[in-house]
Amino acid sequence: MSDAPARLKALVIGHKDFATGIVSAVTAITGREDLFRTASNYGLDTRGTEALLREAIADGVLMIFSDLPAGSTTMAARRAQRDHPAVTVVTGVNLPMLLDYAFAAPDAEHAADAAVEKGRAAMMVARGPRSAD
Amino acid sequence: MPIELHRIDDRLIHGQVVVGWGQPLELRFLVLVDDEVASSGWEQELYRMGVPPDMRVEFVSVAQAVEKYSSFASDPLPGMLLTGDIDTMARLCTAIPALRRVNLGGVHHRAGRAQKLRYIFLTRAEEHELRAMADRGVEISAQDVPAARVVPLDAILEGEAIA
Repeated sequence: MSDAPARLKALVIGHKDFATGIVSAVTAITGREDLFRTASNYGLDTRGTEALLREAIADGVLMIFSDLPAGSTTMAARRAQRDHPAVTVVTGVNLPMLLDYAFAAPDAEHAADAAVEKGRAAMMVARGPRSAD
Repeated sequence: MPIELHRIDDRLIHGQVVVGWGQPLELRFLVLVDDEVASSGWEQELYRMGVPPDMRVEFVSVAQAVEKYSSFASDPLPGMLLTGDIDTMARLCTAIPALRRVNLGGVHHRAGRAQKLRYIFLTRAEEHELRAMADRGVEISAQDVPAARVVPLDAILEGEAIA
């Protein structure tokens, strides 16, 4: 099996330890530690989070996964994106979404859209069998 | 229904506001008081994106907030008023006698600020401003989320409660 080719640099940002937690799960499942960088907004205001994201973008990050659509992580990412239109921001990140992105072709034009669809489709409610009366 | 919470939070609309407070208080509207945001359609779009469809957002300047406060306070639905800094809230408290209770929800680290709580950092000028508000009869306490303990201003300023 050949090594996976280099892909767009992606960063996962979330509240407290969310990003390190979910990326550790990606690593456990894929065996890859080089897929995602992580960041947290913990202890930062929106401007501080934005500065952190701008540094990551300057370092080559083109894809940002944020945990909460209403969160300061997303607000900061959208502000940073304003000056960097090549950056894509995805919110509401979940594990199936990251796994799909991890396994997508590195040059996939719509990798973010496909990952979002996968993340959405993975959500379900599973109820136990009804007891017989 | 009065405005349930008058909050100072430098992140303005974010998870703690929309989810942390929004759900238990069943908030149906937010009043975001910020002169810069009130004059920027792009900023308003950004903040609106984070708000659920059943929650209304009013973007107002300080002057507009003073003018419209009585209508916000008499809204039949529960709401929250937000400012991004202490100075803006102090100006509102001076102009609106009915505003007598303030929640410190997030004032984060910046050069010149000293840590008072895990989520509250203040300059000396901000400490004086809060003390002056309290001296005018405004009850000020810190509480980032509903499940957290309420820390009164005296304890905040004495730095007793860094946690």
